[in-house]
Amino acid sequence: MELIKLLNSLPGAVAQGLIWGLMAIGVYITFRILDMADLTVDGSIATGGAVAAMLITSGVNPWLALVISFFVGMLAGFVTGVFHSFMGIPAILAGILTQLGLYSVNLRIMAGKANVAVNANKYYLLVSLRNVRELSLQNPILVLTLITAVVILTLYWFFGTELGSSLRATGANAQMARAQGINTDTKKLLGLMLSNGLVSFSGALLTQYQGFSDVNMGRGAIVIGLAAVIIGEVFFGKVFRNFGLKLLAVSLGAIVYYLVIQVVLWLGLNANDLKLLTALVVGIFLAVPYWRSHFLSRKKTDKEAGSHA
Amino acid sequence: MLKITHIAKTFNPGTITEKKALTDVSLTLNEGDFVTVIGGNGAGKSTMLNAVAGVFPVDRGTIEIGGIDVTRLPEYKRARYLGRVFQDPMTGTAATMNIEENMALAYRRGQPRGLRWGVGARERELYREQLKTLGLGLEDRMASKVGLLSGGQRQALTLLMATLKTPQLLLLDEHTAALDPKTAAKVLEITEKIVSSRGLTAMMVTHNMKDAINVGNRLIMMNEGQIVVDVSGEDKKKLTRHDLMGLFEKAAGKELDGDRLLLS
Repeated sequence: MELIKLLNSLPGAVAQGLIWGLMAIGVYITFRILDMADLTVDGSIATGGAVAAMLITSGVNPWLALVISFFVGMLAGFVTGVFHSFMGIPAILAGILTQLGLYSVNLRIMAGKANVAVNANKYYLLVSLRNVRELSLQNPILVLTLITAVVILTLYWFFGTELGSSLRATGANAQMARAQGINTDTKKLLGLMLSNGLVSFSGALLTQYQGFSDVNMGRGAIVIGLAAVIIGEVFFGKVFRNFGLKLLAVSLGAIVYYLVIQVVLWLGLNANDLKLLTALVVGIFLAVPYWRSHFLSRKKTDKEAGSHA
Repeated sequence: MLKITHIAKTFNPGTITEKKALTDVSLTLNEGDFVTVIGGNGAGKSTMLNAVAGVFPVDRGTIEIGGIDVTRLPEYKRARYLGRVFQDPMTGTAATMNIEENMALAYRRGQPRGLRWGVGARERELYREQLKTLGLGLEDRMASKVGLLSGGQRQALTLLMATLKTPQLLLLDEHTAALDPKTAAKVLEITEKIVSSRGLTAMMVTHNMKDAINVGNRLIMMNEGQIVVDVSGEDKKKLTRHDLMGLFEKAAGKELDGDRLLLS
């Protein structure tokens, strides 16, 4: 357990955290703003990876590949939105259906291969694992920080517009939104598209960063996304009240998540047990608000009962 | 302003929970009418209001607002003609958004929502003035989340939002029922002020007989999915509780069920 090993792994954790932070901001849009759990993301992150891998290996500019991945991800969100809003399927199930279908789609995109390599020696990539400890403009942390800043600013602007406000109203109180003339079905659809576009976009970055795309790279993505959202709220929720800062907190939450992962790996945890650990931690954090309200309300009723006696 | 022609609605038809909520309702409101709607539990008062608002499609009949047939329009499209206040103070506002954002949502009712900024700088002054008229001090809290307001404050705000864009018809669904008596009286007072000063056409469901008699220029009473009493003009002004109970008995052939009706 040499400390130098841990320190060496930290820049990589930050870069990974930034990439997954973008994915988690996508999760934030559905989970917090629209108040629905969308499991499409497990599939759409791999879709983004697959699209980027195929485009880049056939010579497309990686920036363009990112943009195209975003739009393909929006399509995935569109499918879930149609399942949910126009076919009446509960959001969770609609997401699971799309996610399952995407597995086949992603294999099709990657021409039947489960894994496609994107070699940084052969192709120009925006971000790569190999530069993560370099002090240069190629360092992925720099590029990813800039991309994250642009994404957060864009979303801050969008959710401040009339259209963005109507999305927030749909999530906050759908009945009120309809009474104010907002078509809540199309707003949910739009939110799902935006979310999955962003998730796919982060998948395209992840593929470049790690140098390959894998059909299974999205397994458990929703849980990592939720972990980032929740960690962000726990650590920064009290200070970050502004909407833009809340999005920043999600990104920081993802970085904290990956830093913690590096520490527990350094402490000797078997990497195969990571998913179990993540699931348990997220489970407990999701339970906290429930426990809190349950415990507090009981205490309150006790007090009320006491005062009546 | 509103013309309901022979509408009917049955919930869960053909099942054990089948409920004939509206059997045959026709009603025409003239411009400037302020109608109170009263009736026992399950009489169909709220169902009638929700049918007008488009919460669900009706089984038959037509609904016209201001001469336009809205029978087949979804709820969000009818919103351009309607202002609505609900029984539950939580329903009419978005708790996680602040006061001015809520008002800005209401201000754009019936208009396309694009990529302009959600709360215009010039609108704020309008909202502040409107909030002042409530006399609740909300004009100084425009950046506060609505979730921090009391039930009465939220209801008053919802009322303001419902009328920010002048609606062709204001629907009030027992909007004072969940409030304590003092707050209920205050919200009702604000309601009357807004409706009369703006000359709105309004329909107010209530289970408070006193309010039903004292407020508005017309009163209808419902029973078992039908309108059984309809009093307006001078008759409405002279109406007493005793008269109303007599009218009900004559029309429905039974005694008025006062379980939930507040007779005081």
